[in-house]
Amino acid sequence: MLDKITEILRDYKSDDSLAVAENSTFEELELDSLDLVQLVMDVEEEFGVTIEMDTPITTVAELMATIENAQEND
Amino acid sequence: MGFKIIGTGSQLPKKAVSNAQLATFLDTSDDWITSKTGIKSRTICSDETITDLAAQAALTALNNANLSIADIDLLVCATMSADYAMPSMACCVLEQLGGACPAFDVNAACSGFVYALDVADSFISTRKAQNVLVVAAEMMSRMLDWTDRTSSILFGDGAAACVLTAGDSLKYLNVTATPQIAPLFAKASNGNNPFVQNVQNYPNYPQDSVNNFLQMKGQHVYKFAVTTIQQEINLALNALHLQADEITYFILHQANTRIIESARTRLKLPLEKFPMNIEKYGNMSAASIPVLLDEMLQQNAIKSGDLLMLIGFGGGLTSGTAVLQW
Repeated sequence: MLDKITEILRDYKSDDSLAVAENSTFEELELDSLDLVQLVMDVEEEFGVTIEMDTPITTVAELMATIENAQEND
Repeated sequence: MGFKIIGTGSQLPKKAVSNAQLATFLDTSDDWITSKTGIKSRTICSDETITDLAAQAALTALNNANLSIADIDLLVCATMSADYAMPSMACCVLEQLGGACPAFDVNAACSGFVYALDVADSFISTRKAQNVLVVAAEMMSRMLDWTDRTSSILFGDGAAACVLTAGDSLKYLNVTATPQIAPLFAKASNGNNPFVQNVQNYPNYPQDSVNNFLQMKGQHVYKFAVTTIQQEINLALNALHLQADEITYFILHQANTRIIESARTRLKLPLEKFPMNIEKYGNMSAASIPVLLDEMLQQNAIKSGDLLMLIGFGGGLTSGTAVLQW
């Protein structure tokens, strides 16, 4: 899952060597609140899940947990 | 039987307010607002009422249609920010224009113009009306908390109008709502009713709403908007058996440049098919689509035979799409 998220983020940033770790924050990755929505929509498409924008997601780990939670609830 | 648009008009407030002017009393900057929204300036009512602007836009549309108010059988106004809760803005405009016909408002938030077209189409298709004046006018500035840098920067005031008559320009019209209050709302006032209690805890009011200002969950609305645009476009294209590149222009509600850009990119469509004027006006809710349409017509950007897809989306959550062949 981390690989796929990294791939999406590298595509956004047009940076093939962008370092993404589970504890990376989206602030560090220079994603603003609307970029994050873009990422969520791409992740939804990639993993076939629906993610509500109600809970704040600030790190890659939180995004991964949200995806896993959505997969379990599907 | 459907309709065609035979005249348009628009009227914006005189006062333009730049991002830099907002930054004099809000903790914001031109760079921040521009990068987040694409908005550089907005027009805001000062010494004119939104009724004045709506009436002027209507008069221009009537003149362009070579009709007078006496020829109009129905006046529908799309608004959620009229000068009066009662009477309707439609009646206020009708009074200024000196007419007499059925007149009422439609509130579908930012989708209001497309909803009003649907109402007009119903009257024309059932032969209850030959000529309909559709006005869309919003004074968003009266709904905003001008100390909130996240919402007050987004909106502007403006008015536009179209004269519709029986014809075959309309190829498709679909309006819908998937009701959700919390992402985007402005509470009504309870006045000085001494009996009302626990309004904040009323089940349909989000718990955190304590005032009458417009409140928006930006990420939620952004996601709704981008996905809705894609769905609306796909639905319309399927219904009409058209490919996206056969649509001359997608005239979208002007809420945020990034919403339009995101939807456009996801649909892999060229930039020139998505005209925008949000940079100058901000989000004018129901008025944004007809103001843009009127500007494009003034610039001779629309030719006979062009296919236009108008898409509104907003509070409700509502959305609506109309496809017109010019």
